[in-house]
Amino acid sequence: MTTTTSTDELLSVRGLRKVYGSGPGATEAVRDLTFATRAGEMVCIVGPSGAGKTTLLRCIAGLLPPTSGEVTLDRHPVSGPPEGMAVVFQDYARSLFPWLTVAQNVDLPLREKGVARAERRRLVAESLDAVGLADVPNSYPWQLSGGMQQRVAIARAVAYEPRILLMDEPFAAVDAQTRADLEDLVRDLWHRLGITLLFVTHDIDEAIYLGQRVLVLSARPTVVLEDVTVDLPETRDQLTTRNDPRFHALRTHVHGLVQQAKRGEAARRAAA
Amino acid sequence: MRNALLGLAGVAAFLLLLETVPHTGLVDDRYLPPFSEMARALGDSAGTAEFWQALGDTLRTWGTGLALAFAAGTAAGMVIGSVPALRDATASTIEFLRPIPAVALIPLAVLLYGTGMEATLILVVYSAFWQVLMQVLAGVADVDPVARDTARSFRFRHRTRALRLVWPTTLPYAVTGFRLAASVALILTITGELIIGTPGLGRLIAVAQTSGAVAPLYGLVIVTGLLGVVVNLSARLLERRVLRWHPSVRQETAR
Ligand SMILES: Nc1ncnc2c1ncn2[C@@H]1O[C@H](COP(=O)(O)OP(=O)(O)OP(=O)(O)O)[C@@H](O)[C@H]1O
Ligand SMILES: [Mg+2]
Repeated sequence: MTTTTSTDELLSVRGLRKVYGSGPGATEAVRDLTFATRAGEMVCIVGPSGAGKTTLLRCIAGLLPPTSGEVTLDRHPVSGPPEGMAVVFQDYARSLFPWLTVAQNVDLPLREKGVARAERRRLVAESLDAVGLADVPNSYPWQLSGGMQQRVAIARAVAYEPRILLMDEPFAAVDAQTRADLEDLVRDLWHRLGITLLFVTHDIDEAIYLGQRVLVLSARPTVVLEDVTVDLPETRDQLTTRNDPRFHALRTHVHGLVQQAKRGEAARRAAA
Repeated sequence: MRNALLGLAGVAAFLLLLETVPHTGLVDDRYLPPFSEMARALGDSAGTAEFWQALGDTLRTWGTGLALAFAAGTAAGMVIGSVPALRDATASTIEFLRPIPAVALIPLAVLLYGTGMEATLILVVYSAFWQVLMQVLAGVADVDPVARDTARSFRFRHRTRALRLVWPTTLPYAVTGFRLAASVALILTITGELIIGTPGLGRLIAVAQTSGAVAPLYGLVIVTGLLGVVVNLSARLLERRVLRWHPSVRQETAR
């Protein structure tokens, strides 16, 4: 568990607990999460459905106050959405504004940030191009397929040029080939822009392929089962990396952890 | 297309019935003259300056009242809806004031403004205001939580959130509120003119009644009905214009 206070620590989550509601109907979504990330790191988070991954991201994004524990960014407690952070929400369709076109959706946060018009135009065009949507800037989100909408949401976050990017299962709705392309796009952006990336996914292979670390969460009540370091070469490639024996070893290991998390849940259910 | 034809056929059948029933003696034709007579009387009054003056007055009262109610209802709804404390504080008051029938305010209106146009205007504004307010409040409450989180995470200012998120979400509701308010405003305009005697078509109807001019009376009633139809159609047209992106409209215009 990384509780080091190294000098380049950027984000730190300490003893995070989140209970929704109160009384007998309360749900303890997250019991106790502690981890930290250095600036410029790529951390993937995997865990069973309902483990509280979205809850964790919303707490980090300053959108949801934790029940206890704290999140700090640059050693300042996060109490509201911090500057320089972008979030790609799991509910991508609902996070796009249906009354704005694709280009306007990407443009609006840039305007709000005070980016000059010419620069905005360039960022919008470039980011849409990067996700393969250069040909639909004037369509409305609801005229696009689910996978395309998801890519609009990614383009919007990318154009924003955040320092920290939180992505909540951002590739769930795209086909396998597009998914591979987007994975490489994310790796590439992360390299080029030096951003810090927190990436939630269901897909163990994806987590290992992308991340420098993989945080494996348990089922509820959620804790960090293990913080797995991905000791694969920095330059990754869909073919070579995925065929690397080390990749397979990591995958088997993480797979085992996730099974253990699920079994834990089953055991608790049987006991209850 | 088929629906439009059926609709026209329905109207024609109704008019035919209206024309023939008085001839059969089923009803006293002193109280229900045949349709042709109503139409002729309407044609006659359409030739008088008095009629056009009254129509103008009615439209002015209606339009002014509707505009005031819409502006006030929208502004109040956006503010109250966006501040939870304010919403909770005003909820019971609104629930109390809203069901008061506007006609119950007639004595008060007369006391304040006599038989001037303002007396009717009060009724119109009062009744139309609630229609707009209730819809706008519902609209503000309907802002998608994920869209709201998105706006917050990109640190949109309050003004941007109001104009770029809350208002577009509310717009469909506001348009519905406008349509409902337009009909209610027309009803109260005619009511005020009829009962208080402020200038307009309603007063002409009252005058026709006292002078026993039954056919012209029906003619005027038909005009108010037509006004209602025009108001509703225009509101629906406006709805399509401003809500191109909305699910209720986009299916119809898709490809
Ligand atoms: N707003 C809420 N109110 C009450 N309970 C909630 C709320 N949001 C989430 N929960 C509960 O908290 C738990 C964790 O939810 P969360 O969405 O964080 O899981 P997740 O790991 O993101 O799941 P998935 O992988 O399916 O997206 C779930 O049991 C869920 O029912
Ligand atoms: Mg989730």
